[in-house]
Amino acid sequence: MEERKPILSAQDIEIEFTLRGRKLKPIRKCSLDLYEGETLAIVGESGSGKSVFTKSFIGMLDNNGGIKSGSIMFEGVDIAKYTKEADWLKIRGKKIAMVFQDPMTSLNPLKVIGEQIREVIELHQGIKGEESKELAIQMLEKVGITDPRNRYNQYPHQFSGGMRQRVVIAIAAACYPQILICDEPTTALDVTIQAQILDLIRNLQKEMGMTVIYITHDLGVVANVADRVAVMYAGEIVEVGKVEEIFYDAQHPYTWALLSSLPQLGVKGEPLATIDGTPPNLYNEIKGDAFAPRNRHALKIDFIENPPYFNVTETHKAKTWLLDPRAPKVEHPHAIQKLRARLKREGNQ
Amino acid sequence: MAEKEKLIEVKDLQITFRVGKKDFVAVDDVNFDIYRGETFSLVGESGSGKTTIGRAIVRINPTSKGEILFNGKQINGKISKELDREVIQKCQMIFQDPMASLNERAKVDYIISEGLINFHLYKDEKDRAAKVQNALKEVGLLPEFASRFPHEFSGGQRQRIGIARALIMEPEFVVADEPISALDVSIRAQVLNLLNNLKQKRGLTYLFIAHDLSVVRFISDRIAVIHKGRIVELAETEELFHHPLHPYTKALLSAVPTPDPEIEKQKKLIVYDPSIHDYSVDKPKWVEILPGHFVYANDKEVAEYKEQIKD
Repeated sequence: MEERKPILSAQDIEIEFTLRGRKLKPIRKCSLDLYEGETLAIVGESGSGKSVFTKSFIGMLDNNGGIKSGSIMFEGVDIAKYTKEADWLKIRGKKIAMVFQDPMTSLNPLKVIGEQIREVIELHQGIKGEESKELAIQMLEKVGITDPRNRYNQYPHQFSGGMRQRVVIAIAAACYPQILICDEPTTALDVTIQAQILDLIRNLQKEMGMTVIYITHDLGVVANVADRVAVMYAGEIVEVGKVEEIFYDAQHPYTWALLSSLPQLGVKGEPLATIDGTPPNLYNEIKGDAFAPRNRHALKIDFIENPPYFNVTETHKAKTWLLDPRAPKVEHPHAIQKLRARLKREGNQ
Repeated sequence: MAEKEKLIEVKDLQITFRVGKKDFVAVDDVNFDIYRGETFSLVGESGSGKTTIGRAIVRINPTSKGEILFNGKQINGKISKELDREVIQKCQMIFQDPMASLNERAKVDYIISEGLINFHLYKDEKDRAAKVQNALKEVGLLPEFASRFPHEFSGGQRQRIGIARALIMEPEFVVADEPISALDVSIRAQVLNLLNNLKQKRGLTYLFIAHDLSVVRFISDRIAVIHKGRIVELAETEELFHHPLHPYTKALLSAVPTPDPEIEKQKKLIVYDPSIHDYSVDKPKWVEILPGHFVYANDKEVAEYKEQIKD
């Protein structure tokens, strides 16, 4: 493994919100390194904190909360310490940009789409007038919108869902950001359109040399795009590794559960594996491993002490006591063992 | 195959909507049968008309041409009051978005028993309450949930309420319109299992409407692929996955994400181009190319597809 320098490095991030006088901790000591040019996927259920975590990279947390401790190093500066909007404006949209989930709501319905792209270019690059308009049109062409000169003057309602998502991507990529965060970019779209949008993001990434973070709960999408995967549960990263390591050699019981509940791995006529119970209440102090109450393989220590990370390989680590040398050997679930063999066979047909 | 009993028959169905002064044909020339006890899936992208067909069967959308038969009786168009009541009771629907399909101002107790009340399907208040409790238990919710409002529940629980509301009418046939696409990954598996269990226990027949082929493969016996209001291919599930014939089916299958990085990264996406069909002279028909495998094609294409099957 060659020495790669992280482009962004988050260390021990803790985020806290105050809601009606109560404290809510959606992120509990998350650390993550992002390497230049890679594609990282963050997976987890809704409420696992994957969106909140990445929003803290661009200062988009809601007003009732903030980063309580930890650091986010980006270009030699700890951006977790930023408090002023003016500081964030130098980064957000310019160096780190975001594509949001729902293209139906993330565009301004009263403004033609071309102007919405131009706005970003004028604000961040200081280019004005005809020149910025030309750049906006080029951007539209880049994201695969035909006849960009005419479509520049159309409103969002004149576009289909897939086309709108292309416009949203054009806005995000307009300033050639170093990092592009895609928050469930295809959940609101059809499978055929989904595949096209994923291709588009991949091509833009290659062309512009961006680093991309995907936030998603669709493991099929993850397999398609990611170089590395981070699995989040209840505000913690429970397992992180290269995409092959996560799919073929997962170590954390939560990752097992996520993989084995996929309908693609189900056998017809047999029930699918499910995860019992619900995620923990983040208002409460969590004792031990947050996943323990839902974990079929939970050990006694899981209820007492939060496990540390155990390294599986240099690039792969998981936060589970099962990897402790003293822990009993637990067989990996059947469905996952079959994953590789089964999919291989079908893929060849 | 012959002894299978047809529960739903759809013949030459056409559905039009009036847009301004013009008629817009949303669904055209649709033919299929659903056998008792099977799960039949309609798959297509948004706007293809799959939901419209489902809604036409439960009499929400009026039809403009063709017939829909339920247990051998015609149920579209003008029908008698008694038959209408029977259809409403025997054909139920589970809707896509559990956040939007429950009455926010009614308690769960009322939401679930509204059908019973409308049809006077209970002896007395005690009987009604017992039925609601049973329905709740059957979908894996606690009986005391009856006194709560929908906003107190998560998405998965709401979808269970929607399922309980359909089941309490004791239907024979259930239209499930994308019942899991609005749900989280881990909840999806639970709801799919629930639907499968209920099917076995109650001998239900499902029409499952979806755009996600991976889910459809797991749950259905037969699949119909619909494109722009027309069914382009229909076959048994594994047959369709292993030997797709129509180019649109192939494109759709190629877009399904597989949870395996090696396969996924080598994948070639097939894009469907409708202009490859030359239907100017040689008109396409609905052809049974193999027993139980139908495809929408003209004579020339049928010949090509037959070649493909031989290979």
